[in-house]
Amino acid sequence: MTEILLGQHWFFWMTLVPLGAAVVAFLIPQQARWIGLATALLLPFFALAAIAATLTAEVQPITGGGWPTPLGIELRRDGLALVMLTVTAVVGFIISCYALGYFPARGHHSSRARYFWPLWLFLWGSCNALFVSGDLFNLYVTLELVTLASVSLIALEGGKAALTAALRYLFIGLFGSLAYLLGVGIFYGAYATVDLALLGDIITGTSLDHAAMALMVAGLVLKSALFPLHFWLPQAHAMAPAPVSAVLSALVIKCSYVILLRLWFEVFVSLDTVAVGHLLGLLGSVAIIWGSLLALRQERLKLLIAYSTVAQIGYLFLVFPLARNETMATAWVGGVLLMMTHACGKAAMFMVAGTIHHTAGSDRISRLAGAGGPIGVLVVVFTLAATTIIGLPPSGGFFSKWLFINAALVTGQWWYLPIILSGTLLAAGYVAKVLGWAFLDVKRSSYPVIPWVMKWPPLVLSVIALLFGLIAYEPVQIALLGAPVSGPIFMEAGP
Amino acid sequence: MTAPILYAGCGIILFSIGLHALLVRRHLLRKILAANIMGSGVFMLFIAAGARGEGTAADPVPQVMVLTGIVVSLCFTAVAIALAVRIHNLTDCTTLAVDEESSID
Amino acid sequence: MNDLILLAILSSSLLPGLIIFTLAEESVRLRTTLNLTGALFKLLFIALLFFRVAEREYAELRLPLLADMELVLRADALSMLFLTLSAFLWLLTTIYAIGYLENSPHRSRFFGFFSLCVSATTGIALAGDMITFVIFYEALTISTYPLVVHRGTPAALHAGRIYLAYTLLGGVVLFFAAVWLRAIAGPLEFTPGGVISGLDPSLYGSLTIIFALLVLSLGVKAALVPLHSWLPTAMVAPAPVSALLHAVAVVKAGAFGIVRVVHDIYGIGFSADLNLLFPLSVMAAITVLYGSIRALAQNDLKRRLAFSTVSQVSYILMGIALASPLATIGGLVHLVHQGLMKITLFFCAGNLAETLGIHKIDEMDGVGRRMPWTMTAFTVGALGMIGVPPLVGFISKWYLGLGSLAAGQPWIIIILIASTLLNACYFLPVLHRIWFNKEQQQWSKSTLAGGRETIWPLLAPPLITAALVIFFGIFAYLFGSPLYWVELITTREYGL
Repeated sequence: MTEILLGQHWFFWMTLVPLGAAVVAFLIPQQARWIGLATALLLPFFALAAIAATLTAEVQPITGGGWPTPLGIELRRDGLALVMLTVTAVVGFIISCYALGYFPARGHHSSRARYFWPLWLFLWGSCNALFVSGDLFNLYVTLELVTLASVSLIALEGGKAALTAALRYLFIGLFGSLAYLLGVGIFYGAYATVDLALLGDIITGTSLDHAAMALMVAGLVLKSALFPLHFWLPQAHAMAPAPVSAVLSALVIKCSYVILLRLWFEVFVSLDTVAVGHLLGLLGSVAIIWGSLLALRQERLKLLIAYSTVAQIGYLFLVFPLARNETMATAWVGGVLLMMTHACGKAAMFMVAGTIHHTAGSDRISRLAGAGGPIGVLVVVFTLAATTIIGLPPSGGFFSKWLFINAALVTGQWWYLPIILSGTLLAAGYVAKVLGWAFLDVKRSSYPVIPWVMKWPPLVLSVIALLFGLIAYEPVQIALLGAPVSGPIFMEAGP
Repeated sequence: MTAPILYAGCGIILFSIGLHALLVRRHLLRKILAANIMGSGVFMLFIAAGARGEGTAADPVPQVMVLTGIVVSLCFTAVAIALAVRIHNLTDCTTLAVDEESSID
Repeated sequence: MNDLILLAILSSSLLPGLIIFTLAEESVRLRTTLNLTGALFKLLFIALLFFRVAEREYAELRLPLLADMELVLRADALSMLFLTLSAFLWLLTTIYAIGYLENSPHRSRFFGFFSLCVSATTGIALAGDMITFVIFYEALTISTYPLVVHRGTPAALHAGRIYLAYTLLGGVVLFFAAVWLRAIAGPLEFTPGGVISGLDPSLYGSLTIIFALLVLSLGVKAALVPLHSWLPTAMVAPAPVSALLHAVAVVKAGAFGIVRVVHDIYGIGFSADLNLLFPLSVMAAITVLYGSIRALAQNDLKRRLAFSTVSQVSYILMGIALASPLATIGGLVHLVHQGLMKITLFFCAGNLAETLGIHKIDEMDGVGRRMPWTMTAFTVGALGMIGVPPLVGFISKWYLGLGSLAAGQPWIIIILIASTLLNACYFLPVLHRIWFNKEQQQWSKSTLAGGRETIWPLLAPPLITAALVIFFGIFAYLFGSPLYWVELITTREYGL
């Protein structure tokens, strides 16, 4: 019994179950909702089982098909994979519940529901596969699966705007992943391996290596929508149905970022990355300020949230310049923490925007006037989720900003301090703009009733986002299992 | 110049041509074609990367990867064409109209 | 040693608050029961702790955060002072708010956030290190915003924006200073005598800058000039919120934070060695005078009271900055005394607004005859503020004066005298209007039984606090009185 419970097969099931369920949901569209929900219920337990298995058992490499590395496909079961699987499972479960209400079984949207469930399960399985992939080529394939599913989900709305956004996203995605693949090809030509760990050991740092690194970083940056390559994101995220926006902003963006994080700390360590790091830091800084300023200017809630994602991606990329020798662990943990907490917060915010669109007929921010009373629970969810975006305690955003500032102080890169701090204030500004409307006291006609699955699951997620800082101890410990960084997280600075 | 380097060079040239077309051309079909040409360039590079010198058989692993890559690129082409056709049917337009303020009300 | 009683104190306001959010507007009785039960339980738990802390047995609770960081809750003598004050005034303010907001909309939202505010204040009082303090301090900022904008009018929203802009800017600076300080000094547990005096002298420059950043950022909430202007703007909020801002939570949290930084992070001796305290005392002195002068010119009663708060809170900082035991006693005891007096005044101002619709001072002619009990309480509070013996305000000023002589800075005495004169100038004319001028307008006769001036929930709280203003003035040395606790804190801090 214990052997079954603590076996290593959970990692396979995390990928295979949603993929299988996607096929079944596509074949039996009448039952797609329940197949989706059942899968969403299972995956958090699988994730827990996977954590338990990794914590208790001796970690032995497992490979698909029984082929030994480097020929077989090795699954990565390190801490980063585990926390990403778990976060995806939790966020995915909540989004699935929400989607039950958003795509009602009957009504004129039922055709959208029919395609939503298979595509979403397919996306989920692909994300999970990506998180446990340990070689460059496998990462490419899984990343393409994720993109393919996202494109189809964006197009779900069916209108001209949505189709255009989807096709643009597809071209961007193709461009990014082909640039990445070109880099993979160059590495294979030089070292005849695509295994991350192996490559990290034998890489020598020729100029060809640096060219490959530049191509891969550029491709992944494009897919992560870092400024100035963010132009496709707000439209794509704002056009999609709310559960899809939530998935895209909370999870899909993180996929390419996870790959970059793995490459940077495992493969590129022996390359000369300082200049590239500074470039990424510069772009990240501009993204923080530019994204926040644009978010302040938006009249639509979904666009505001999408631009806030642009800014948060900027924070994620500060990890690369801030991770110097002694602050490797500080910056890495900051980035991982921000990824986890942003996933929860941003998903909740998009769900709120969707519900407001659903009840008020539009997601114009001015439609929120007086919403503090009748649909106050939505305002509460939005506020709680926004705490992590602003970086207020006790959210995870607070602690990741703490770590970033700590790393900036220790490495003497003081110019990031005003960026991080003013990003916080700007974020508070656009959240306060929304809240100001919500608290305005106006008499207005009553709102339609909101289904409970559209109210309470987002609340749960926003509470997780708010309290993540207090419960972050265990997740961070798990993330550090087999991590490429070690040492104290909080660093002491000199004078 | 050895054959592998020739292959790799051609691959990179193809990639650049495709990239140029993807960015510059506005017709959707041309963009889709451009992406395919970029893909072919990358695959050529992979084939070149599998070379093991005169007389020895080529490394099969990159060839397997290219096969997988072709499947992926086929899927993408199919989805892209489907979307392009839908856009054409809806709007009679064969380009990605720049329409930032389009309504989602 | 983990003391769950600290968690109980925290959750006695947090849980009712969370439950209240989910209640319907109509369930008045359940909401009231929850509120009052929570407040009473909090006082009960505090009473349980009271004797333990007096015997130097500090309750402590630690929860791990991230890898090498902890959330530390600890009850020491200073915590108990602030905790008791805020818990007791919370009970009274809740009673008052129940009467004040009768039949107004969004009451569930109001009481929910009210409880969250008090929970955050409790957390601030119990914080055992800098990180925990910052966490609860920011939580207080956020949970107060919905209360400031509660009325939902454009003026209220404007005040809310100003409030958020000031406090969040302060919060960001505080956050940055805390990270920096932790990066050079390691874990920042509040310890009497400070934790950083052993650092390398090459760091003294950074430490001075950090001290300035900390005091300025905490000074936003403590309404130090020139960071004070949010406070008079925020007086558009309902009277219970003003009480919360001025007496129970927000302003006090700022002052309390500065006390913590000076006493338990830098240590009085070390701050004096770095010459950090003199600038602080000058800032405090300027604030004392500036607030009083501005108060003179206000015709709106609540605005005048707000500027009076600006002035009075800096007495606390002046006492701390003088770095002599007697002055410290004067400053710390004013934390409690100012709270008691100011809440009395705001309750009375609220009663005038709610019962008779009076907001301006020139409408107050002869109101003493219509509302004698309320106005008696108001008079006690005002005379206390001026520093008339034997009321509590006198005790604070007396110790401050003695302390300034002991510290060899007699110029503070001049500030005290000037401020007392100014206090008299802006309170005595009001008292004259209330009691001696003829009524200018006909107020509606009371419809309550026995011709009572207003309903009990509005009347009882100011009477109780006014009574305490007199009681703690006369029986200042009683066991458990504010002065008793403050002497305890001071002996422990100075190691006497």
